[in-house]
Amino acid sequence: MTDEMSTRKINSFQKQKNKEEMQKMVVSFALMIFFTLVAFALVMLEVPSTYVIPILLLLAFVQVGFQFFYFMHLKDKGHEVPAQIIYGGIFITVMVALTFTIITWW
Amino acid sequence: MGMTSAQKSGFGATLWDWLTTVDHKKIGILYLAGGGFFFLLGGLEAVIIRIQLISPENNFISAGLYNEMITMHGTTMIFLAAMPILLGLMNFIMPLQIGARDVAFPFLNSLGFWLFLFGGLLLNLSWFTGAPDAGWTNYAPLSIQSPGHGIDFYIMGLQLSGAGTLMGGINFIVTIVLMRAPGMTYMRMPLFTWTTFVASILILFAFPALTVGLFLMMFDRMFGSAFFDAALGGNAIIWQHLFWIFGHPEVYILILPVFGVFSEVFPTFAKKRLFGYTAMVFATFLIAFLGFMVWAHHMFTVGLGPVANSIFAVATMAIAVPTGIKIFNWLFTLWGGSIKINTAMLWSLAFIPSFTIGGMTGVMLASAVADYQYHDTYFVIGHFHYVIVGGTVFGILAGLHYWWPKMFGRYLHEGLGQLSFWTFFVGFHLTFFIQHFLGLMGMPRRYWVFLENQGLDTGNLISTIGAFFMSFGVIVFLINIIYTTIKGKKASGDAWGSGRTLEWAISSPPVHYNFKQLPLVRGLDPLWIEKTEGNKKVTPAEPLDEIHMPNGSILPFIMTIGFTIASYGFIYQTESKYWLIAVYAGMAIALISMLIRSLKDDHGHHISKEELERVGD
Ligand code: HEM
Ligand SMILES: [Cu+2]
Repeated sequence: MTDEMSTRKINSFQKQKNKEEMQKMVVSFALMIFFTLVAFALVMLEVPSTYVIPILLLLAFVQVGFQFFYFMHLKDKGHEVPAQIIYGGIFITVMVALTFTIITWW
Repeated sequence: MGMTSAQKSGFGATLWDWLTTVDHKKIGILYLAGGGFFFLLGGLEAVIIRIQLISPENNFISAGLYNEMITMHGTTMIFLAAMPILLGLMNFIMPLQIGARDVAFPFLNSLGFWLFLFGGLLLNLSWFTGAPDAGWTNYAPLSIQSPGHGIDFYIMGLQLSGAGTLMGGINFIVTIVLMRAPGMTYMRMPLFTWTTFVASILILFAFPALTVGLFLMMFDRMFGSAFFDAALGGNAIIWQHLFWIFGHPEVYILILPVFGVFSEVFPTFAKKRLFGYTAMVFATFLIAFLGFMVWAHHMFTVGLGPVANSIFAVATMAIAVPTGIKIFNWLFTLWGGSIKINTAMLWSLAFIPSFTIGGMTGVMLASAVADYQYHDTYFVIGHFHYVIVGGTVFGILAGLHYWWPKMFGRYLHEGLGQLSFWTFFVGFHLTFFIQHFLGLMGMPRRYWVFLENQGLDTGNLISTIGAFFMSFGVIVFLINIIYTTIKGKKASGDAWGSGRTLEWAISSPPVHYNFKQLPLVRGLDPLWIEKTEGNKKVTPAEPLDEIHMPNGSILPFIMTIGFTIASYGFIYQTESKYWLIAVYAGMAIALISMLIRSLKDDHGHHISKEELERVGD
């Protein structure tokens, strides 16, 4: 397949799609920067750690979600298999962390 | 471009061609050659171990050298022989089976190979100054305290080759997800492609644990950290966990691909479709999934406590179920088939009882209470050689005999093949069956000598004699390769006449773009379907048109040289800071190569329609 062929295929419908996609990307990117700033601010303002740690963890989880679903396209159609593989990876990581916590560090 | 350089003859041009190749078939052959070389090296180490144990209190090699020998034998066989040979088969065959012209990332493929090769060479350089000696499992704190640089070579060598393997795994996953020919749905993929896919996922998830473990070990040994040093608040058990979180999936990385090989060989030579295809796919996934939840069965005697031990014991025993499903499916595939026996088939048939014995001893070991008796004895050695030799090595040899005509265009000699099979097969059982009993009688593993008159003398002698038989079998196989290369019988595209999958639909060996026109896949076993309908060729999915192929590149090789120099620097910078120059210089070489790769556009080359028409079929 040559490059000219693939460019010809991008019709106006796809252009519209790409534009929406781009908007979502920019929004989630801005949100991620915002979260990072919030995280820094919380630490710099010396909020007690009982509050900071859970909030930081929460922000981290949300960021990971954005990362996976928006930047790595897990939400998109046709990405089911990669999505499954990543869920598998998450499952194994969580399980390993859990086992370590229970049988080694506890 | 690739064509013209290949057509130029002469040693220099040929060498350049192999150094720069990004063709999955050539990289496959490089993997086979590299893995084969390390297999011979590991085999030599094994024979030395067995000669040392031929009689009580033998003095063939010193205790220190013995420790180096067992460590290098295990490490070499697992990381540098078995796995790369499997990667070689996958590399060559899998893209052909899914009807692709190359893998998804040809450049990465080449980088992966060179990293593996130089990682292995780096590790073996340690022989000159003292090899690693803490066992292939490299447990802390022994490995932390081992003097000299042996363990450092282990760390850097495995880090390099491990990175290469990880790249290979990612590459295969993407290839299978994205590059299947039109009509090749997931459930029409040949079993070897399936097991390549699942083994690659295992690589993707398992190798990071090893990488992390090796990094921690590197910091402990080279930069004064104390992750594994209990005296400074570290925890040596963490290494065991990380190693086995990697290590148990690793044994499935070794066995799943050969399950795929057998699932190709049996249907071809029984002239029947694989029995229970769906169950086979499902069982493969189940094995992979369970494989991640059982690592602590290697640590039953560490003292994790009865609850943890029981959970891991039950999970371990569960793996025997999907494995059993597979064994029965192979038997049912053979049942009522019109069976043709040849060397590939002999290795496959011999696998079934041999591997089943290994599975049985596995279930015995999985019983945590009984394992207190078996652990660290020759019983464990017996177990894992039955699964790794009786499974992985038999499978590799079956696969090599089966696909040799496809890869090299010539059949391996049958007579020589059967001679090597029978001697190796008999030698294998002589060597390892008796080891179960030696273990039950209390012979510990990894001991340099055993004492006289404790009932261990005869068993060890028999075991060593078996090792000589196996060596003989390997030598005959080598002779067979040389003979075949010079005088072997030429093979046609469908070399066995009863091929079912796409790789048999193209010439032997395949042209460098594999498929002139991408094939249209109309069901499971696409070639077989076409044959039953009287077609000689697989229906094409596209009109004949020019083909786009990637260009070769020397950058992966240069990058690898850079990383190797840097690794060498890391190992020796503990002695003199001047070695940091090697670290910086090596990293600079690697990073500059990466930069060139990123900035320089390379659009590959096209093979014109006229040229394709000229070639004919
Ligand atoms: C039914 C399936 C299997 C079960 C239940 C099983 C169980 C076990 C257990 C419990 C151990 C630990 C023994 C000890 O150290 O005390 C072990 C060791 C081992 N197994 Fe298996 N296994 C199975 C299949 C396999 C396969 C398919 C392979 C490789 C292809 C394999 C390779 C190994 C290796 C290399 C070791 C020894 C590692 C070492 O300590 O150096 N096993 N197995
Ligand atoms: Cu295991």
